[in-house]
Amino acid sequence: MDMTQYIPVLLTKYNYWVYITLMMIGLWAMIAKNNLIKKIIGMSIFQTAIILFYVSIGAKYGATIPILSHGHGGAHEAAVRAVDYINPLPHVLMLTAIVVSVATLGVALALSIRIHRRYRTLEEDEILSQLREQ
Amino acid sequence: MKLLSLALVILVGGLFIAATADFPHWGDPASPASRHVSPRYIEKTMEETSVPNIVTAVLADYRGYDTMFETAVVFTAGVACFLLLRRRDPRPEPKRVYRHVATGVIVEMKQEPAKEPSPSVFARIDDDWVPHDLIIMNVCRLLIPFIQLFGLYVIAHGHHSPGGGFQGGVILGASIILLALSWDLRTAMNRMAETATGLMSAVGVFIYAGVGALCLAMGANFLDYSSLGPLMFVDPIHARSLGIFFVELGVGLAVMATMVLIYKNLASEGHLDQGL
Amino acid sequence: MIWQIDLAVLILVVICAVGALAVKDLVSAAILFGAYSFLMCILWAVMGAVDVAFTEASVGAGVSTVFFLAAVFRTSRRSKD
Repeated sequence: MDMTQYIPVLLTKYNYWVYITLMMIGLWAMIAKNNLIKKIIGMSIFQTAIILFYVSIGAKYGATIPILSHGHGGAHEAAVRAVDYINPLPHVLMLTAIVVSVATLGVALALSIRIHRRYRTLEEDEILSQLREQ
Repeated sequence: MKLLSLALVILVGGLFIAATADFPHWGDPASPASRHVSPRYIEKTMEETSVPNIVTAVLADYRGYDTMFETAVVFTAGVACFLLLRRRDPRPEPKRVYRHVATGVIVEMKQEPAKEPSPSVFARIDDDWVPHDLIIMNVCRLLIPFIQLFGLYVIAHGHHSPGGGFQGGVILGASIILLALSWDLRTAMNRMAETATGLMSAVGVFIYAGVGALCLAMGANFLDYSSLGPLMFVDPIHARSLGIFFVELGVGLAVMATMVLIYKNLASEGHLDQGL
Repeated sequence: MIWQIDLAVLILVVICAVGALAVKDLVSAAILFGAYSFLMCILWAVMGAVDVAFTEASVGAGVSTVFFLAAVFRTSRRSKD
């Protein structure tokens, strides 16, 4: 097996692999952790890793930020080339995603406060044992 | 359980990594994401809406319907938090702790007083109080108006710089949260009452939908801002720019009120009398 | 998109994420989560997504951390794992 053919793949795609690692860290925390607040932190890590993945799709080498540089300076005749500007569409979708994620975080924390009020604990195994005793 | 989930997560991660073989190179200008709709947005934004910030123009004008429902989601989250946590019955065995303003001595009252002492002589503080810190309270009191001014600037300047409705709204909400953190929750409740907060978040969504309905009343599609031109005596392109501005105002108002509402309910466990 | 900054911040992001999940004190977990949010904001700013970075700086590193601290203050501070 010739391993040197995998070196270019590793060098060009290592970004995606780090994003997938972050997503899997968040997913594992949501499934395996016992404490409810740790689960919520895992959910947040998952959400921001997905947003990172989407934003990285819009990146372009040698392009500038998606704000038109000549603005209102009367240069309406100058042609705008799409290759000069970073793709703005993933940014728009991810703005919505960030705000929705903070709203969901607020509701999740309110739920965890209610659960603590009822069961006096935030550990999942203790809550399950209290549920089974009823 | 942990080992099983670890194996599952490694399996899913391996599937994803195997799928990255098909991805385009990172930063490729000819990738499929940059070839279909986004060149049209980049090239036509200036001549159709006269807003240099492409992200704001796409968010509030080309994809404005989406943003309206996102504002509704933020409002719904505020309402859900309120419904989950808010309780009006007072705490069991409330302690009454006061600080004598002139000398700084902390006193605690054992029974209900016949008349509430005047706040300039005895200031009411939280049950689990921290020592009165002059530096934090005064520096934050000086900073908060400037933070709010910056928040309003971010909302209004979203056309030309990174910013817009959401960012400015969150900064405005964070200024009230700073007041609640550095002084105490009672001061923030006096500044921004609960009824006003709830009303403001609803009014924000209403402004957004109202602008769309106004476009309907002028005879065009829902959220088609170019039909608002005759109302404001500008040509349709600048009408779109002004329509984006009004819509961002609505979004900023809704987001600010929701952030403050969620914080107040979380920090005081619904009682809204004392908190973090 | 200077790849040195990219690589350094990515490694720090993974360390912060693992750290926020591994500590037993929930206040430390909330603060590490705030640091993770801030490093994500730097990543996006380096990639050119300035609007997204602004939003994450104000929402993630500001308001979200305060929500976590408020919730931890109202419930228990220790966690068993």
